[in-house]
Formats: sequence, structure tokens, C-alpha cells
Amino acid sequence: MLCLGIEGTAHTFGVGIVDSRGKVFANASKIYVPAKGGIHPREAAQFHAANARVVLDEALKAARVAIEDVDLLAFSAGPGLGPCLRTAATAARALASWLDVPIISVNHCIAHVEIGRLTERARDPVTLYVSGGNTQVIAFDAGRYRVFGETLDIPVGNCLDVFGREVGLPYPGGPTVERLAREGKRYIPLPYVVKGMDLSFSGLMTEAVRKHRAGADLHDLCYSLQETAFAALVEVTERAVAHTEKKEVMLTGGVAANKRLGEMLKLMAREHHAKFFVPQMELCADNGAMIAWTGILAYKHGLRQKLRETGVKQRWRTDQVDIPWRTG
Amino acid sequence: MLMKKGAEANLYLEPFARVLHRAGEGKVLVKHRISKRYRILEIDKQLRESRTALESKLFVDAKRAGVPTPLVYEVDRTDMCIVMEFIDGIQVKLVLDKLKPKARRKLCELIGRQVARLHRAGIVHGDLTTSNMILTREGKVYFVDFGLGEYNPSLEARGVDLHLLRRALQSIHFRITDEAYRAVLAGYKREFGEGANKVIKRVEEIERRGRYVPKEERAWH
Repeated sequence: MLCLGIEGTAHTFGVGIVDSRGKVFANASKIYVPAKGGIHPREAAQFHAANARVVLDEALKAARVAIEDVDLLAFSAGPGLGPCLRTAATAARALASWLDVPIISVNHCIAHVEIGRLTERARDPVTLYVSGGNTQVIAFDAGRYRVFGETLDIPVGNCLDVFGREVGLPYPGGPTVERLAREGKRYIPLPYVVKGMDLSFSGLMTEAVRKHRAGADLHDLCYSLQETAFAALVEVTERAVAHTEKKEVMLTGGVAANKRLGEMLKLMAREHHAKFFVPQMELCADNGAMIAWTGILAYKHGLRQKLRETGVKQRWRTDQVDIPWRTG
Repeated sequence: MLMKKGAEANLYLEPFARVLHRAGEGKVLVKHRISKRYRILEIDKQLRESRTALESKLFVDAKRAGVPTPLVYEVDRTDMCIVMEFIDGIQVKLVLDKLKPKARRKLCELIGRQVARLHRAGIVHGDLTTSNMILTREGKVYFVDFGLGEYNPSLEARGVDLHLLRRALQSIHFRITDEAYRAVLAGYKREFGEGANKVIKRVEEIERRGRYVPKEERAWH
């Protein structure tokens, strides 16, 4: 069985083609880059609509299959930005009805975990999923992926990006902050906010921007911002590891590209005698292959949907989704 | 003797006399905040130091507010240790699901009342999970971990505190979350008195803000 997965929750429009044994045949994408400022949902959606055909053709070509070979359609139904979700959903519905194949709504956050489990052969990890749109600590328990910690305000990727923008760094801010942080030496104290299992980054971001305006060295500030934000992320992940006693830790999402975060998480995992996984970067970032693979898992375990049940869910939570393909 | 290896600290159960170097019966609990290699020294030291100092103070003030907490015997800010009374009992986490509905309701109401007492005393716990609550044979509930607590009388902090308790119920006691949380709120309202509804309203606001959604939006539909 061949599944075509469409991702379109935010910046990325992606098309992945995966078979039921988990072989990834294609994983094509195009990323919307705002002319200035942050993401504009409507403009991103227009970008997706304009590029859908190109990305689809690219995926089919890379997979060396014809569109008629596709047996199943999956798409990212949420969580994400409304206009982007609706564009991806429209493309998926149109294709599914034209091909007359079943269609599956996939939860974007769960897809991140599932593609990592597939390619890294992780069995039951505590996952730190960090991106510009999400910050969650996810672990499986009793039929669902439970959220063991998440941001109470802005996602960590957004914290880094907005900081970068406010201090005049080129887009995207995260990678530039990481590069500058390597030359930072002096730690500038910044607010470290962990509330039980949850995190907060908006105060940290504001204070870092204020320190910059007050004349603090930018390298030191990038270093301090990263160290503070990441220490909090690792602490919350560690709490979930201690609580669940799981023996695997996985890092995914766009911010997984940050080497320092990976290094810190790996140290923590080692202290708990847990294995540490990071999927390859193109599968950490938003992509269509993860949607396709999760669609296959759901379909193989009996999920069937009618077209009118494929509405998008902007706030679809990770812990609202039944996971029949896992036991325990 | 190492009793528990937590995420943040190790807990040791030791003879009173050996730790405190004076005559005394029984055991004490030593909470040692361990250094974490994943974070830089500056952050590590700052977190361990401030949390050790603050936590010991919170234990005392919470007790004064009428919430059972362990007695603090000694605070060592060089080794980042708190030496305290050992509370003999069972974690609420381990019993809550097994209790009969009526007993569970009573327990949850008591927890809610104690949270309200903390809040009225200007304290937020910061980590209200059922693994941080010890039920004793006499039916007292000890709040044993104030590692993330703070003095904060704001509506927001109180809202987050209750929200965290609800989240803990959702992730650990998912079969009985709703009834347990309702009972907690009933106890909270009774003890807190006027103004409790404002806090509860804030919890709902926090949940919306944190991308929480109504139950109706179920999976796969």
C-alpha cells in the first residue's frame, strides 16, 4: 500500500510518499519565507496553494510512481494555522475524491513522534518536540500520547526567532542565535521559568531583548538565551523521564537542528541510562512523509473517514487522539 | 540509604543522630539537590541554591498556614541539602485511582482545601502533582515537595497552580480526572471563600491560552 501524505500546518507545504512497510519513497517540500516580520497565515496559505502542484509533481517524480499508484491519502488536519490547514486539506480532499481512495486526518505532533519511531527504531521514547509552533514533552501511556509538559505561552522556536528579529538578525533567527552563541562567554542571568511540568518563554524573550537594548553583548546574550531556554526544556523532559521511567529520549521538530540542545539532552539521557535519538533533519522539520506514515498506521488499524469528517482542527491536542496501533 | 532518585534531587533516609550529630530517635530525610551536567555551572548553581533556600522557607510558612509539611531540621547551602522529618505514608498518586468514589471525593476536597490555604498565605506550590502528596495513616495529606514553589499572591500564579494540578490529574489519573478535579475545586472554594471563582475562571483562561481545547473536539472525527 502506497500512501501520499500532505503537510501544511504552517510555513512548510510538503508531500511525502511512504509504503506500508515504512519505506520513504519521496519527501518533497517548499517553505514559505515571509518578506518581513513573522508568518502571515493567509500569505502562507496562498504560497501553499501556488506551490502544491509543483511539490506534488516533485514527490511523484522522486518516488518514480504515477499518481494512480497511490492507495491512500493522508493530510495534516491540525494543530496549526487555519488558512494553511484548509489549503492542505483541500488539496488532500480533491486528490482523494479524484483518485477515489480513502482519506485520513493526521495529527501533526503525533506524526513527528511516529516518523522518529519508524526511522530511529525507537520503541517507546519520551519525546521533546520543539519548533516554531510547538513545544511539548510527549510520552505514550494507556492508549494515547500524553503531554507531560508544554509551553504556557510561546513555543521555544518562536522565542529564538522573535528575539533574532527584534535584535536585527536575519531570518530565521534560531540558527543565527546558535551561531552567535558559540562565541558567547559570559552568562547574563535571564528569567528561567519552569512551572511544574510546564514552561514559559515569553518573559525570557522580552528580558533578552531588553538586555540587548541596554547594551549587552549580542554573543553573550545569544549564549545566555540558549542556555536558559534549553536548560528549562531539558529539565522538564528529565522530569517526564523520571516520572515515566522510560528508557528512551527523542528530540524532534525544527529546533532539533540546534546542536547544543541535542548535546544537553543527550547528557541528560545518559544520566538516566536512556538511549537518545534524533531523526535526520529533514524528518525533524515539518514534512509530508511523517503524515503519510501516520496515515498508514491509522488506516491499517481500522480508521475510516468520510470526506465530510475531514474538517481541520486548529487546536487539535496531542492527547485527544486514540492510538490503536500501540498497546499499553 | 538512597531512597529515591528524583529528577532534581536524591532523597536519602538516614538515622537522625548520624545526620544531625545530636541525640535523637528515628530517621530523617535528606533532600540533596544534585548538580546537572547538561546545564552551565552558573545556571546550575543559581537554581540549586535558590531552590534549596526557598524550599526550606516554604515548608515552614506552609505549615504555619495550616498545611501539613515535614519539619525542617537543617539547611545546608554549601551541599544544597535540606534535612527534614520523614513522613511515613503513601503517595496519593498510588491510592487515588483505587479509592471508593466517596473516599476519593473526600481526599480531593482536602487537597483542594490545602491548596486554598497555601494560596491565601501568598504561596503557590508550583508542582502540584499527586506524587508530591503523602497520605498518612491518620488521614493527613502532607505536601512534601516545594522545590518549584514561590511567594506569589497573583491571580495568574494561583491559576497556573490549579491548572498544573488538573494537568497532573489528566496525565496520571486520566480515568477519574473530572470527578477528582471537581472535588478539588469544591474544597478550594470552601476554604478560599470569596475570590475563589476568580481563580477558577483564570484557570479556564490559562487553558485556552495554552492551546487547550474543549472536549467535544474529539479524536478522528
